[in-house]
Amino acid sequence: MIKRIKVGTASCGIAAGADEVYDYLSKNVTDHDVVEVGCIGHCYAEPLVEVETEDRSYFFENVEPTEEDLKNILDVGEEKRLTFRKERKDKELLKVSRLAGRIVPTSLQEYKENGGYQALEKALEMDPDNVVEEVKNSGLRGRGGGGFPTGIKWGLLAAKEDETKILICNADEGDPGAFMDKSLMECVPHQVMEGMLIAAHATGASEVFIYVRAEYPRAIEHLTTAIDQIIENKINVLNGKEIGIQVKEGAGAFVCGEETAMIHSLEGKRGMPRFRPPYPTDDGYKGHPTVINNVESYANVPVIISEGADEYSKVGTEGSKGTKLFALAGDLEYTGIVEVPMGITIGEIVYDIGGAEKGSVKAVQIGGPSGGCIPAKHFDTPVDYDSLNSLGAIMGSGGLIVIGNNRCMVETARYFLDFTARESCGKCTFCRVGNMRLLETLERITKGNGTQADIDLLEDLGPKIVDGSLCGLGQTAPNPVLSTLRFFKDEYKAHVEDKVCPALVCNDLVEIEIDHDTCIECMACVKTCPVDAISDDIEVDVDTCTRCNSCIEVCPVDAISRIPLRGE
Amino acid sequence: MPVATYLKEIDKDSSNLIKALQTVQKHEGFISDENLKELAEYFSMPPVEVEGVVSFYAQFKRSKPGQFIISVCDGTACHIKGSDLVKNWITEETGIESGETDDEGVFSVETVACLGCCSLAPVMAVNGKVHGNLSRKKVQKTLRQYREEAHND
Ligand SMILES: Cc1cc2nc3c(=O)[nH]c(=O)nc-3n(C[C@H](O)[C@H](O)[C@H](O)COP(=O)(O)O)c2cc1C
Ligand code: FES
Repeated sequence: MIKRIKVGTASCGIAAGADEVYDYLSKNVTDHDVVEVGCIGHCYAEPLVEVETEDRSYFFENVEPTEEDLKNILDVGEEKRLTFRKERKDKELLKVSRLAGRIVPTSLQEYKENGGYQALEKALEMDPDNVVEEVKNSGLRGRGGGGFPTGIKWGLLAAKEDETKILICNADEGDPGAFMDKSLMECVPHQVMEGMLIAAHATGASEVFIYVRAEYPRAIEHLTTAIDQIIENKINVLNGKEIGIQVKEGAGAFVCGEETAMIHSLEGKRGMPRFRPPYPTDDGYKGHPTVINNVESYANVPVIISEGADEYSKVGTEGSKGTKLFALAGDLEYTGIVEVPMGITIGEIVYDIGGAEKGSVKAVQIGGPSGGCIPAKHFDTPVDYDSLNSLGAIMGSGGLIVIGNNRCMVETARYFLDFTARESCGKCTFCRVGNMRLLETLERITKGNGTQADIDLLEDLGPKIVDGSLCGLGQTAPNPVLSTLRFFKDEYKAHVEDKVCPALVCNDLVEIEIDHDTCIECMACVKTCPVDAISDDIEVDVDTCTRCNSCIEVCPVDAISRIPLRGE
Repeated sequence: MPVATYLKEIDKDSSNLIKALQTVQKHEGFISDENLKELAEYFSMPPVEVEGVVSFYAQFKRSKPGQFIISVCDGTACHIKGSDLVKNWITEETGIESGETDDEGVFSVETVACLGCCSLAPVMAVNGKVHGNLSRKKVQKTLRQYREEAHND
């Protein structure tokens, strides 16, 4: 017996067409409820439909709004039935994201039916100091990148006598390639709020802010709905004390993810970071003592309180406890969000969970523009804060981009520098000017105009920027360059010495070749070329050609390829 | 329209400036010189300070955008999956590059970092609606549909 039908309409689902599927199913299914849920993390399978029956659930992948798919779903047919791969099931451990994609995100009732707000109830019966102690004992470290022990931060705030104390949820998720926080806010907004309210009780905070990236409209919508429900049901009244809750929208500045910059932005100012100390716990939002934690950090809290610090800390390694969410994207088959125990190796995530083919992957980029790359030969590195740091990478917030053999590491480093150089707020000279120089140098190399002196410059200037910058943005901006230099120096050398891009990515170092033996003269490339660089006798004019690959895409016989640029 | 009409519910505390700017932009599409002056008055602060905030944040626009704003994602996942090509395809189709608005006022193109749909890379959003797994054909088809919609209005 079908109980109800769930359509995953988180933003990943919607981008794949889940809205149309939901509309179609709601219109055409009359006997069962059709509801919108979030994302279960298997983004590669979107649009994804779950059929809940009396005894179990069936999932259907890549559903289309057609009669055929509808019939298949209602019959719980085999077609498009998604079987979860054993390799992934064995390795994943769903704790924090347990309810994501399984419940209606904006239903308070459903969250409660699944154990929601019981941790808050439990916490409210505890002495605030004991809650702080419990979080300390759990070993939870900040999931926003820094890895600072959450309990210690809370203890600092709890010790303050001030009337007004502030809690901020950092939902700015600036790493361009990470979407775990977005998913938590879209799929289980009440869980994030429950964590914040427990934190408010533990620290004695009187007001909480959630600072969300403006690019996440759906997360903002779901959080706002959840907060309305919280206020209506007085869930924010903690042992008689009412906690104020506000959602604030960011305005598109990466640096605002840094905590002091975020505070300035919340105050309505330019989001410039400032020197620490004083730390926000001493001098934060409008001068009040303030604690900032990441979305995922807060979402861990109900889990800790429910199962107790002892149970929680059984998962993980010595210095890194619990689970971590990663956003898997790039060159692999099963993209999406995964939750894994700390201590799992990178290889297990990339190959077993992500289904990437061994040998097809060159590296992963972890921690986004502040992080570093880890080459395939180090994929047995366990995921914990300290092991990753020792490789010059960082845990970061959880963006994990798989880089295939066909990508250029120099160009990847250039990409990240382009990002950070643009996002620098301009306050520190090393960050403002230094990163720009790094970027120009990398551009020179990718264009084939680099020399050995340029590589030396990168190696010399990089660490100086790290030392000479005030905030985490500048201090970490050279990481992608330094870590690619450390592990892929041969690629830099090839660009500089041989003027060759080994991966055939850098446009200035490649040309397009047509193999006339294979070519069937269908003229598809000639017609497609947007700049008319291919003549009627099917020869490419190197000077006109923009290497846009349009011809390669349309060629029916694969006669066209990119090759290293031939000299004059 | 004078901005004060939208701002009724916003407290005159200067910490609400960003929210006020967002509200104005939502209604007007951009922040005009006029709006900027009015906002400064509303919050009793010098216009330069408002301009300082506006220029700091990428979200705020100082000129009128087209009817459809194409946001090309150049986040990490999209970048390695070919966002540069997507930009080329969009330019072929619309004749404009990132940061520009076409003469008819139909399209504006901007580059953004990560729309949070990385698993469908490369992606772009048009007025907030995300289109994933882009190919040249899909870009052409999508933009032509929007163009038609614009002509029908
Ligand atoms: C440039 C920069 C960007 C940052 N972006 C984020 C972000 O998007 N999300 C986040 O949670 N922390 C970010 N951080 C880290 C925060 O400053 C802060 O350490 C974190 O929010 C603390 O929360 P946690 O202890 O729970 O991790 C960023 C730091 C820097 C320097
Ligand atoms: S990188 Fe494009 S959506 Fe994330």
